[in-house]
Amino acid sequence: MSRMQSQSLVDDADDVDAPAEAALGLGRPLSTTADGTGTGARAGRRVQVRQVLRFLLRRPGLLLSALTVVLVVLASFWPDLFTSQDPLKGVPSQNFRGPSGAHWFGTDELGRDVFSRVVHGAQLSLKATIIAVLVSFVVGGLLGVVAGFVGRWVDDVLMRFVDVLLSIPALFLSLALVTALGYGTVKVAVAVGIASVASFARVARAEVLRVRQAVFVEASRSCGTRWYAVLGRHVLPNAAGPVIVLATLDFGASILAVSALSFLGYGAPPPAPEWGTLISDGRNYLANAWWLTALPGLAIAATVLATNRIARALDG
Amino acid sequence: MRRYVIKRLAQAVGVLWAAYTVSFLVLDFLPGDPVTAMAGAGMDSGDVHPARLAALRHEYGFDKPILVQYADYLGRAVRGDFGDAVSTGRPVTSTLADALPQTLQLTGAALLLAVLLGGGLAVVATYTSLRWLRQLLLSLPPLGVSVPTFWVGLLLVEAFSFRLHWFPAFGNDGLRDLVLPALTLAIPTGALVAQVLAKSLLTALDQAYVETARAKGAGRWRVHVRHALRNASLPALTVVGLLVGQLVAGSVVVETVFSRDGLGRVTAAAVTVQDLPVVQGVVVFGALIFVATNLVVDLVYPLLDPRIVVASGGRASFA
Repeated sequence: MSRMQSQSLVDDADDVDAPAEAALGLGRPLSTTADGTGTGARAGRRVQVRQVLRFLLRRPGLLLSALTVVLVVLASFWPDLFTSQDPLKGVPSQNFRGPSGAHWFGTDELGRDVFSRVVHGAQLSLKATIIAVLVSFVVGGLLGVVAGFVGRWVDDVLMRFVDVLLSIPALFLSLALVTALGYGTVKVAVAVGIASVASFARVARAEVLRVRQAVFVEASRSCGTRWYAVLGRHVLPNAAGPVIVLATLDFGASILAVSALSFLGYGAPPPAPEWGTLISDGRNYLANAWWLTALPGLAIAATVLATNRIARALDG
Repeated sequence: MRRYVIKRLAQAVGVLWAAYTVSFLVLDFLPGDPVTAMAGAGMDSGDVHPARLAALRHEYGFDKPILVQYADYLGRAVRGDFGDAVSTGRPVTSTLADALPQTLQLTGAALLLAVLLGGGLAVVATYTSLRWLRQLLLSLPPLGVSVPTFWVGLLLVEAFSFRLHWFPAFGNDGLRDLVLPALTLAIPTGALVAQVLAKSLLTALDQAYVETARAKGAGRWRVHVRHALRNASLPALTVVGLLVGQLVAGSVVVETVFSRDGLGRVTAAAVTVQDLPVVQGVVVFGALIFVATNLVVDLVYPLLDPRIVVASGGRASFA
């Protein structure tokens, strides 16, 4: 059903809300192959692919962003695709070499290849970011849905709590959580995730309230549908959109927050090449080896820029 | 008006109480025994004599039921006593108060820079009729919110301290020491201000009153600044109010990068040695900043837009 809806959207989407439409289309070809039944679906897919390609070619920035994200994901699952050098073992005689053909990002104080460390660090940073976004999505979404769907005093209590979370600066809240939980990639990720629970709760609640008043929900209720069916079949699918857009926006912010905490030294312990840690290590050699800070930071900035660009496209 | 301020103050106290409670819950309920952490903070070795643990437990009241502890601590916090810093033994309140002036200087300068740079960018980008300049300017804010603050700080140090020798790389006395840290802290905030202001300026320029002003013969710049900007600045003001707390929190990173003394350094050090009373004090202080700036912002609204009156019943609202 939902696919048919989106199908008809594609057909007359030339002038309406193109960015959001095509961005949704980015993910769709996959799902169509997954359950691609009749020939109609297949023909539709070919049209979609062509449309998506044309859409992307007209927006080189978005194409570049998508490419960057794909590269980062590839690097975190198969780092060997990009580099064959060991991120942890260095050649001491080759320390502090500037960027060159052999060492794209130069080498650090122990002669380790910085490019290889950045590539291998992608895994840690991506893992932390995904955990952080999941935590804020699930916890915040749950708070918001319960508040919006149950209403009355539950809504009041939950939203006052969310207001308090909002009043504490995110970094302070993360730092308090790190103090309580301890150090490590996962703990830092959870701390960052909890710090942005509040905005997810607000958006989810607003969406649930909006959808709950829709005529089709009223109709479904008056037919005697149970509350959980109304919630699962009607309210959640229709309220999810803006929350998912927020999640993509939160992705970039989480990368920044996680890397800031690992820069401060609360992330993975030393030999691990987390992105923020790489920069704080390089900081000690700022005067004689600029590449140790500048180039890993470029990786963070490029990734955040790319995810933000994609989020903006999704937002329309 | 007076009733409004009193009501807002009561709300502020409520938020502070709740922030205190949240930080109490976070720091005392989560895994990790605070006493072992504290005992460990004083000395290097992991195993501490059980008698010392018991003594510490008693000293901080951790042997009492949690509700009694909470009531005790809250009672003292109301009187401005957040306990003593574990690592130094000095009262938390005076530890924070000593560090505060440096951080207020930094965040104040950063706020000023953010508003001037972000606001200026938005005004020029929407005013100029040069297409390339507009596109160049409007491409900067998305960049500004995407770069890690600590990285920008280090790049600035690299360029302006080590290469050009214009500004010192660290330290905290005088204006020259303030320039790079304040600029670093201002970039993400300024970028957000620019985004919001540019958007609301474009909306404002489409409004009927702008047309009217033009029709009455007002010059382009005058219409842009006196009419459109004044109305467009409300959303930007709201954003600034929300961002001041983030600026103060951002001092943790910036002060670490530039080795400046201040609240941020104190916070980072406290987290490193798990100094719970200090961290709790910082969290409550963050909430205080948030509440105070929002109160100020609400009181400034009517000055910008006379249609907004501060009603005696509650929040500022349209008459």
